[in-house]
Amino acid sequence: MSAVIQPADEREASLAGIGVSRLRKEDARFIQGKGNYVDDIKLPGMLHMDIVRSPIAHGRIKRINKEAALAIPGVHAVLTADDLKPLKLHWMPTLAGDVAAVLADEKVHFQMQEVAIVIADDRYIAADAAEAVEVEYEELPVVIDPYDALLPDAPVLREDLAGKTSGAHGPREHHNHIFTWDAGDLAAADAAFAAAPIKVEQHMHYPRVHPCPLETCGCVASFDPIRGELTTYITSQAPHVVRTVVSMLSGVPESKVRIVSPDIGGGFGNKVGIYPGYVCAIVASIVLGRPVKWIEDRIENISSTAFARDYHMDGQLAATEDGKILGLKVNVVADHGAFDACADPTKFPAGLFHICSGSYDIAAAHCSVKGVYTNKAPGGVAYRCSFRVTEAVYLIERMVDVLAQRLNIDKAEIRRRNFIRKEQFPYTSAFGFEYDSGDYHPALEKVLDAVDYPALRAEQAARRADPNSPTLMGIGLVSFTEIVGAGPSKMCDILGVGMFDSCEIRIHPTGSAIARMGTITQGQGHQTTYAQIIATELGIPSEVIQVEEGDTSTAPYGLGTYGSRSTPVAGAAIAMAARKIHAKARKIAAHMLEVSESDLDWEVDRFKVRGDDSKFKTMADVAWQAYHQPPAGLEPGLEAVHYYDPPNFTFPFGIYLCVVDIDRATGETKIRRFYALDDCGTRINPMIIEGQIHGGLTEGFAVAMGQQMPFDAQGNLLGNTLMDYFLPTAVETPKWETDYTVTPSPHHPIGAKGVAESPHVGSIPTFNAAVVDAFAHVGVTHLDMPHTAFRVWQALKAHNLAI
Amino acid sequence: MAKKLISVTVNGKLEERAVEPRTLLIHFLREELNLTGAHIGCETSHCGACTVDVDGVSVKSCTHLAVQCDGAHVTTVEGLANKGVLHAVQEGFYKEHGLQCGFCTPGMLMRASNFLKENPNPSEDEIRMGMSGNLCRCTGYQNIVKAVQYAARKLQEAPAA
Ligand code: FES
Ligand code: FES
Repeated sequence: MSAVIQPADEREASLAGIGVSRLRKEDARFIQGKGNYVDDIKLPGMLHMDIVRSPIAHGRIKRINKEAALAIPGVHAVLTADDLKPLKLHWMPTLAGDVAAVLADEKVHFQMQEVAIVIADDRYIAADAAEAVEVEYEELPVVIDPYDALLPDAPVLREDLAGKTSGAHGPREHHNHIFTWDAGDLAAADAAFAAAPIKVEQHMHYPRVHPCPLETCGCVASFDPIRGELTTYITSQAPHVVRTVVSMLSGVPESKVRIVSPDIGGGFGNKVGIYPGYVCAIVASIVLGRPVKWIEDRIENISSTAFARDYHMDGQLAATEDGKILGLKVNVVADHGAFDACADPTKFPAGLFHICSGSYDIAAAHCSVKGVYTNKAPGGVAYRCSFRVTEAVYLIERMVDVLAQRLNIDKAEIRRRNFIRKEQFPYTSAFGFEYDSGDYHPALEKVLDAVDYPALRAEQAARRADPNSPTLMGIGLVSFTEIVGAGPSKMCDILGVGMFDSCEIRIHPTGSAIARMGTITQGQGHQTTYAQIIATELGIPSEVIQVEEGDTSTAPYGLGTYGSRSTPVAGAAIAMAARKIHAKARKIAAHMLEVSESDLDWEVDRFKVRGDDSKFKTMADVAWQAYHQPPAGLEPGLEAVHYYDPPNFTFPFGIYLCVVDIDRATGETKIRRFYALDDCGTRINPMIIEGQIHGGLTEGFAVAMGQQMPFDAQGNLLGNTLMDYFLPTAVETPKWETDYTVTPSPHHPIGAKGVAESPHVGSIPTFNAAVVDAFAHVGVTHLDMPHTAFRVWQALKAHNLAI
Repeated sequence: MAKKLISVTVNGKLEERAVEPRTLLIHFLREELNLTGAHIGCETSHCGACTVDVDGVSVKSCTHLAVQCDGAHVTTVEGLANKGVLHAVQEGFYKEHGLQCGFCTPGMLMRASNFLKENPNPSEDEIRMGMSGNLCRCTGYQNIVKAVQYAARKLQEAPAA
């Protein structure tokens, strides 16, 4: 062999593996209008479903008249709870251990609740028919405030739970109480507070918001009565879980249920739940024996599927005079709406909220979360975050600022004094989480240097000293630690299924490959990045690796994509499956080169005989051999499956800084600068990471500065269109500066931690801190979001700062 | 409902169809002509996912009736590339990572291509304003701005024939 051997670094570059900003494989179809989203699917004989919804928030259904609707030509059926009753499908179990009405059963519990469905030839006729269904209601008193809901004489919302003194998460102490969940050590926290010289407390409300992906939810259900098979194309972030639930509900064996998540137009937690609309479309398809499409409109989306947050929080910190935190106590009243339909791991009714000790070394901590029913839509999903981590980070970051203000310590300095130090990792928090790795101090200094923090503070002091300044200046600084990659099955399950994830890789005879995972991309670029992991592990160019997800008939079972779990869990499964293939490939290469395995070195894309670069076999050579003539005793073929049950969560972190200028005349807040440093461990594709961070920061900006779902006393949702619900345009959206450090996860096979939710989790308290900081000199310690111009102007008025 | 016959040139091809007067252009394109590139994100003119070109003007096809297009020339994202060669905005979105889930992308591309006709050499602020009728929930717009800048440069270097 005399050919010149291409240098290893050139071969490595041609793989486009881990660390490369590889352009996205999925883009070709999207930029040419060839994506395949659920609403793009058209099946022969397909009918359309629309939903009749309640105009009131609480009431008894006295009468439903279908006649006029059924009389419209092209209408095939109108179904109500009474029609679903014989099938026992008028109620369904929720992921949180409660039940939720599929169609309102005698009573409606929130405005826009599903009351009846109509099935018609096209969506126009279906909409006409939905209008024509007459429903008569008897109104009942409405409860909107969760504190009011717990008053002794509050109206009973869930009559179906009468007499149930305990729920899925322990005793119920009131007819509108769902659960009380505790974590940490109350006695230890009380002792820390008793001994501490300094104590601060703050009440805050994290408003109800909605993830609002650009594509709404929907499905096309198709039951084949001859084969007894049900296929459903669905906007789901967790198709395998949907398959299990659909099988349980419908009685169709899981082997005859096929769930396909095709291209998904953004999820952000909105597409984790299993909604009445899906169930109804499936039932309608089974009943009528024809495919049925249901696509919700935007108003339905915001009103009825998957709100997030709505946490009323009381935080307390105990500390020394010089700002060392000694104890943390948190009490939360959580507004869950009419049914407890939170999408959390089964054992955690408040998700991972007990990450609320944050990036700090706090010896004693306790939190208690009380879930309450109100006349609002169910949900409680993780809006671009990992199970209530956003609420937790918001709470602790607000509290640390409150403490800093009380002690007159700089907000960077108080964090330095309380950070978990590098040498403390792995660090076990007072709530029992083992933080895998972190290095907070240098990350903080890097950000402070990048923005010249002392200069900013000096500028702010000068601005404050000038009574005629037209603007107030605020600096928000946040250090967050996330907990993602749910999760170890000893702690985390959904309906009893452990939260592992999976990967199957097949290397074809000519050296290209296909890989399938239990996750599903909704814009994260899995088809690009997953291939990069395999490219690096197996030395095959990522260009020839096909990645497929979302079809339960072909992909191995996995729990799906949410809570930043794809890279931490499925990414690990990919590396482990690849390593199984690598081990077999080594045996084959040794056989081909007639040496023992231990005489082989792996280099980029090949096994070579130690000491002789000219004697090698590439992975492609090995693949051919595996199918052509495998060594005696080895099975033919080259493929592997791995189900990865993570030993722990991963703990990405970051330091964010924001500078705002608030117009004292109008209350308008201008984001002058936003600097985001993220540490997500090993970086697979920096371009995609940066894109995810931009997107998460923009969603965080929306939450902090404008999003809310306001209700009036009658339970009317006052902002359920894009006219009222704030989605920033390119004009309002700030420009983002990004930076990073790399602290790999020690337990993840490639050291990656997950990233896409960090910017949402981290940025919201940063914007908030910046706005509050603008008012700090007049003694303000907290302002609730959203910081719309009107609300900020009200705060300016209240503190005599308006001009 | 009585139907009305319309003829519309869509992506260069004359289409004659009988439609209900209430049929929205977006449904005409997606369901009648199977051009599913343009999407529906709101049906209230806010999101721009349904943006197409009607006689050289950016139109939100969710609030435009198909009958209004009788005799018109409509271009959708499917008609943006020229004989298999990507339009500069398509290339820009790909090269600058201007898309994630892709749902807003067809509308963004149609708006961007039209915007660059209105303003071939825009500033960043002009791009942000010119694209502000199109919402994206994924990208945070920074790379969309870069994508439009990329396309502007490319179009200036080699003006379309
Ligand atoms: S669907 Fe037309 S603007 Fe949103
Ligand atoms: S790429 Fe998802 S909405 Fe723009």
